[in-house]
Amino acid sequence: MNLFCVGLSHHTANVETRERFAGRGESEYILRNSGCAEALLLTTCNRVEVYAASEKRVSTDDIVRCLSREDKDGSAVIDRRYSAPAFYRYENEKCVQHLFRVASGLDSMVVGESEIFGQTKKAYESARASGAAGPNLNRLFQRAFRVAKQVRTHTDITRGLVSVGSVAVDLAQRIFGNLNNCKVLVVGAGEMSERTARALISRGVTDLRVSNRSMDRAQELTRLIAGRAIPFDEWPQQCSEIDILITSTSSESPLLRPENLGPMLRDRLDRPLFIIDIAVPRDVDPRVNEIEGVYLYDIDSLQSVAEQSLALRRQQVAAAEAIIVQHVADFGAKISLGPSWEASAEHPSIGESPLRASEL
Amino acid sequence: MRTIVSLRAGIFKPGRFSFLAIGLGFIFQTAFLSIRGHALGRCPLTNLFEVLIFLAWSIALIYLLIGPAYRLSLMGAFTAPLVFTIQVFALLAPIDVRHEVKLPPNSWLEFHASISMVAYGVFALACIAGAMYLVQERQLKTHQLHSIFYHLPPLSDLFAAITRLLWLGFALYTLGLVSGFFTGHPLPRVQVVAAIVVWLLYAAILQGRHFHRLAPKRVAALCIAGFGAALTLLWGITFSAQGHSLP
Repeated sequence: MNLFCVGLSHHTANVETRERFAGRGESEYILRNSGCAEALLLTTCNRVEVYAASEKRVSTDDIVRCLSREDKDGSAVIDRRYSAPAFYRYENEKCVQHLFRVASGLDSMVVGESEIFGQTKKAYESARASGAAGPNLNRLFQRAFRVAKQVRTHTDITRGLVSVGSVAVDLAQRIFGNLNNCKVLVVGAGEMSERTARALISRGVTDLRVSNRSMDRAQELTRLIAGRAIPFDEWPQQCSEIDILITSTSSESPLLRPENLGPMLRDRLDRPLFIIDIAVPRDVDPRVNEIEGVYLYDIDSLQSVAEQSLALRRQQVAAAEAIIVQHVADFGAKISLGPSWEASAEHPSIGESPLRASEL
Repeated sequence: MRTIVSLRAGIFKPGRFSFLAIGLGFIFQTAFLSIRGHALGRCPLTNLFEVLIFLAWSIALIYLLIGPAYRLSLMGAFTAPLVFTIQVFALLAPIDVRHEVKLPPNSWLEFHASISMVAYGVFALACIAGAMYLVQERQLKTHQLHSIFYHLPPLSDLFAAITRLLWLGFALYTLGLVSGFFTGHPLPRVQVVAAIVVWLLYAAILQGRHFHRLAPKRVAALCIAGFGAALTLLWGITFSAQGHSLP
């Protein structure tokens, strides 16, 4: 039995090509029309891939034809002539290695992102439910989930966050732990601060205050995110109460300086203040970071943390690849045992597999 | 060592290794102290060697009791080197010298000595939590986040652990100090004064913490300084006790 993968991804195709194929195929359709014994379709915004097992060789063209939903008479929903060069093909060991890399997030646009794991699991469950995935793909994907989990727990590849908003929220959690009791003040009701505020709410923040030069906009935002509006000339006084301050006004000069913030913090020495200044030009004087217990992050420092996280993830690629190589060799050795191994192998369902559903 | 190497390589995996390693060491320490105690017919705190082993045992005991409760997964990585250093020093330095202990075994004396040592163990853990706090705080302040950053607990959790450890250590130390006055033997004035100075230092840290007069970073730094002072006192007591029962 041959295992192979045919697909395209952000490495080989631009978004226009990818979107032509996204959401068109189904594992069952490919199984019926390609001549494969088993087939599984994985589609995400960055890739469209078919994993298949077959006794005889099935050409890349046959798979692409199925993905294009081309009829027998040659008329297609999409014209595959322009897309064919973007497709790649991996056979047997290379196919196993490719899937392990994909499931572990090594082949992703943002290295180490974990969303692909859930998408792969969903594609597998769908193919299994429809009967398109048989024992060979079951074994392959179960192993891929095990590998991805091992890579995730044995390396730092998923550690750290790589977008400015998520970095800000993660840093808040590193300072305060549980965010349920944190008081947040948003100064300047722009889109970026709204997004950061929403991210904080999703992590448990309930006390949110919004201050804006235009009170109407502040009230509009408080209605959207269930907060409370504060008149713009009153927001500096709030600094003695709040835990997190998000500023993004269009002020030309800093609104907050050590001279006016320092005295407000005298009575709250044991409570840190986390300031996220996403305004350009900056709303908060950088010297504020020198005040004890104040952690000031402007847009550049958030970006720098995101880049450090990404660099940390890239350092982990070698360690993750080593885990994958081990598993590919082991999986290949078991496959080469042929029918005796296949006969003894179980056909695990999600509930019975060594990986519990919750771990998947 | 394993944790430090894996952290540097960025492949640290929080697990039970530190806990098991310290647990295994604790069993050997307990066996040693038990054998030595039976041989001496009293609590094995008669020279600097025994005091250091007892101190390492106390640190391991407190870590095993509170480490998992506070979920400070990395605390073992900070605790193990301290226990290791104390023990290596105790084993390599020529300090296991037998000398005649003039005072007969006395239950108050033994209670005083052992409870004080356990208090030192708690202060050691507070010192370790303080060091963890300072490492994490520095990374947050300078915006330089290393691999260890993602494994250390949030600042608020570390500070809560420091506060509880300080209160626990202070209560035990007070008990040890007060029980010292019931031993029925006159205590050297210098030792008493030094012990009260350490007690006052920890009382001042707790008072500053309680009335919000000390920033968490200062409390963390003072935990390290306080433990340094406590160790110096322990050292002084042990040396000056050549003609006197310990500690």
